[in-house]
Amino acid sequence: MHDSALLFVEVGAVLLGLSLLSRLANRIGLSAIPLYLLAGLTLGSGSMVPLDAGAEFFQFGSELGVILLLVMLGLEFSPTELATSLKSSRMAGIMDAALNAIPGAVFALLLGWGPVAAVALAGITWVSSSGVVAQVLRDLRRVGNRETPTVLSILVIEDLAMAFYLPVLSALVIGASLLRGTTTLIVAVLVVSVLLFATLRFGKVISRLFIAHHAESLLLGVLGLTMLVAGFAQEVKVSAAVGAFLVGIALSGRVAHNAQQLLSPLRDLFAAIFFLFFGLSTDPRTILPVLLPAALLAVITIATKTFTGYRAARMAGIGVRGRWRAGLILAPRGEFSIVIAGLAVGAGIEPQLAPLATAYVLLTVIAGPLLSRMADAAWFRRWVTPRVAPGPVSA
Amino acid sequence: MEKVDLPGIGVRHDVITRAGRRIGVVSYRDGAREIALFGVDDPDASADSVPLTDDEAAALADVLGASLMLGQLAGIRDQAAGLFTEQLLISAGSPYAGEKLGATKARSRTSTSIVAIVRGPDVIPSPTPDTPLEAGDTLIAVGTRPGLDALARVLTDG
Repeated sequence: MHDSALLFVEVGAVLLGLSLLSRLANRIGLSAIPLYLLAGLTLGSGSMVPLDAGAEFFQFGSELGVILLLVMLGLEFSPTELATSLKSSRMAGIMDAALNAIPGAVFALLLGWGPVAAVALAGITWVSSSGVVAQVLRDLRRVGNRETPTVLSILVIEDLAMAFYLPVLSALVIGASLLRGTTTLIVAVLVVSVLLFATLRFGKVISRLFIAHHAESLLLGVLGLTMLVAGFAQEVKVSAAVGAFLVGIALSGRVAHNAQQLLSPLRDLFAAIFFLFFGLSTDPRTILPVLLPAALLAVITIATKTFTGYRAARMAGIGVRGRWRAGLILAPRGEFSIVIAGLAVGAGIEPQLAPLATAYVLLTVIAGPLLSRMADAAWFRRWVTPRVAPGPVSA
Repeated sequence: MEKVDLPGIGVRHDVITRAGRRIGVVSYRDGAREIALFGVDDPDASADSVPLTDDEAAALADVLGASLMLGQLAGIRDQAAGLFTEQLLISAGSPYAGEKLGATKARSRTSTSIVAIVRGPDVIPSPTPDTPLEAGDTLIAVGTRPGLDALARVLTDG
């Protein structure tokens, strides 16, 4: 077959398959991320269906997927929301980082992986999946609940922290010498700080570059600006993802709202390719040996995450049941953990990191929503508040 | 009334009733609205939530606003002898047709209170001094007998 014909056949068949998986995920009330990862693993190296013609497309598509994931995340938050979340939940954010990043780092060191891999695994266990958590909130009709603002604030702070973490990690994975590494690191943090300050301060000016109601020009413009900034960010070793995130934060008002709706189908397409590609580039035979460590890490960090949410909700004056709900809903790790693993694996720092991250994300992303449903079960509610009799309390 | 930001989703407004029950209204970014009713045994969880369209939300607001006004009127009549409610028409010749409610200075000149304006099928509960008056509006006013008579004269003659 002709080259481009083969490309269409391969990509088309894969997309059709992903569409079926997405429907299946929706039917059983799960996030589609684990299914995409599994699909990638089964189609990947060492399996019966080789994807050669599409390889380049999938690689570029997955990089675009990361950028789109991040710009959409930035678009969701307005600068004022970032500021208020930082103010009200700073303590929760610090506790979240300490309780969930440290187990990952310690785990990597215990496996004898070296400091850079430890920083990467710390990030993987730290960040909850905003996408999955938001989905579970809606599915379980908890958007109106009183603990929800606490949950969302933690997610916002984690995402903002990623704007600093990712450049640090990018600097670490390439840092050849200690001196060069440190310089790159300081430059990266400075660049992000300046950019973040500029977007918070002058976001309105950037938004005025676009016309909110003209869909075509808005789509091309926002996508163009995002890729442009992502490219430059990549060039100065700040990571393309962070550049895209900052563009998302900088845009506000109607421009942000409309851009979000226009980019959302593109994000769905390329994010699916990103998860698939991550699965593709992981050898399924490497999963089995790390399954046990991954399960152990998942149990530990689901526990620490639950504790984080529990304490944060308590600080916000939420009752016992609400604290458990806030804790358990934060358990799933997802897109960010895979982005971090992708960054580390791309630089070739630890061959076992990719399979471990894959297994870890699969486990938490499947267990998380199930645990969240458990928090609503009658027996669980009785167990956490044994003395309160169910039923209406007389006034 | 409590306002809480939901980053990435929208805002939630809560009303806590005197009996301690909580009712929340979640306004999503995309304009969708949802009413959340909170349980008694778990005060942090919305026991049920009802999504509302624009029309449904407007209808609900109207019903609550109008019944509140009628309830207040009935209450005044029962409690305070000597207070009356009256419906007064703004005629086309009234000096205040096309003016703002504040221009009548009804409260300071006649010690009456205008609690609502009926305009065609609509009711404007609790109008502010900035609410514009139109010919054909019916004002619902509460006051003493002499006060209401004075208000009627003010509205026709200025």
